[in-house]
Amino acid sequence: MSILHQQRAFYGLLTLAILTSVGYGLVSHGAEGMAFGFFSSFTIAGSLMCIWERSVVRSAFSLMATFMGVAGLFLLLGSDFLAMAQILIYVGGILALILFGVMLTPPDLGERSLPRIGGTLVFVLGGASLVWKHVMDATESLAVLPVEELTPMTSQDQSVGLAFLHPEQYVVAFELAAFLLTVALVAAVYIARRRTADFEPEEAA
Amino acid sequence: MGVEAYMGVAGVLFVLGVVCIISRRNILYVLMGIEMILNAANINFVAINRFGNGGLEGRMFAIFVIILAAAEAAIALAIVLNVFHLFQSIRPSDADMLRD
Repeated sequence: MSILHQQRAFYGLLTLAILTSVGYGLVSHGAEGMAFGFFSSFTIAGSLMCIWERSVVRSAFSLMATFMGVAGLFLLLGSDFLAMAQILIYVGGILALILFGVMLTPPDLGERSLPRIGGTLVFVLGGASLVWKHVMDATESLAVLPVEELTPMTSQDQSVGLAFLHPEQYVVAFELAAFLLTVALVAAVYIARRRTADFEPEEAA
Repeated sequence: MGVEAYMGVAGVLFVLGVVCIISRRNILYVLMGIEMILNAANINFVAINRFGNGGLEGRMFAIFVIILAAAEAAIALAIVLNVFHLFQSIRPSDADMLRD
C-alpha cells in the first residue's frame, strides 16, 4: 500500500471515529455528551496523529489538537481558569518551544516503523492490563459524588487567585513555583548558550 | 458524563504518550510524549476534583503541574540542543556519554 493510501485510510478512520463518538455522545447524554465526545476524540486523535505522522513538524502541530481538546475537557469540568492557562501555556508556550526544537535539529524523515509502534502498543497495553484490576479497585474506593449532587459550576478564576495568595493556603508553593521558573529559565539559557571556547581554535588557525 | 469517562480518556492519552516515547527514535518525540502524559494526569486531577467535595485541591495541583511542565520544556529544549551539538544526532540511544 502506498503512502498516500495509508494516509487516506488513517485520516478516514480518524474522521469516522470522531463522528462516531460525537454521535454516540449526543444520543446517550445529550449536548454535554456531544461536547465530551468531540473534545475527547479530538484529544485522542491528536495524539494518534502525533505517533503516526512521519514528519516531526506535523506531529508537533497535531499535538495542538491534543492540548485544545484537553482545554475543552477542563471547560466541561468547570475549570475555566485552568482551560485558559492550558491554552496559554501549552499551545502558546510549550508547543512553540517544541517547534523551536524541531527547527534547530535536522529533519529525520521516514524513521517511523509501524511494527515497532504496534509492538510497543501491545506491550504497553499488556502492562496496563496487569494493573487494570488494581486501578479499578482504587476507583471504587474514590469518594465520588453522583452527578445529581455535584455543586453547580461557577467561574473559578477568583477563588483560584485568592487561594494562590492566601497565607494559609498556597502562597508558599506559589512563590516556590515562581522561584523555580526563574531558575529553570536562567538554567535553560545557560545550558543552551553557544560556548565561545568552541570558536577560539578556528580564530587562532 | 461520570468520572469514569474522563478517567478513560486520561488512560488512553497516557498509553499513547508512553507509546510515543518508546516507539519513535527522536528526542523531540520523547518531549511530546511527556507532555501527553502530563496532560493525562491533569485530566485525572481535575475530573476527580470536580466529582469530589467541591474543593480546589485538584485544580491547584493541575496548575502546578502545568507550571512544572513549562519549566521542564525549557530545560529539555536546552538539553536537546546541547545533545545535538555534542553528538550530531537526536536519537536518544546515541546520547550515551556524560561528556565528550
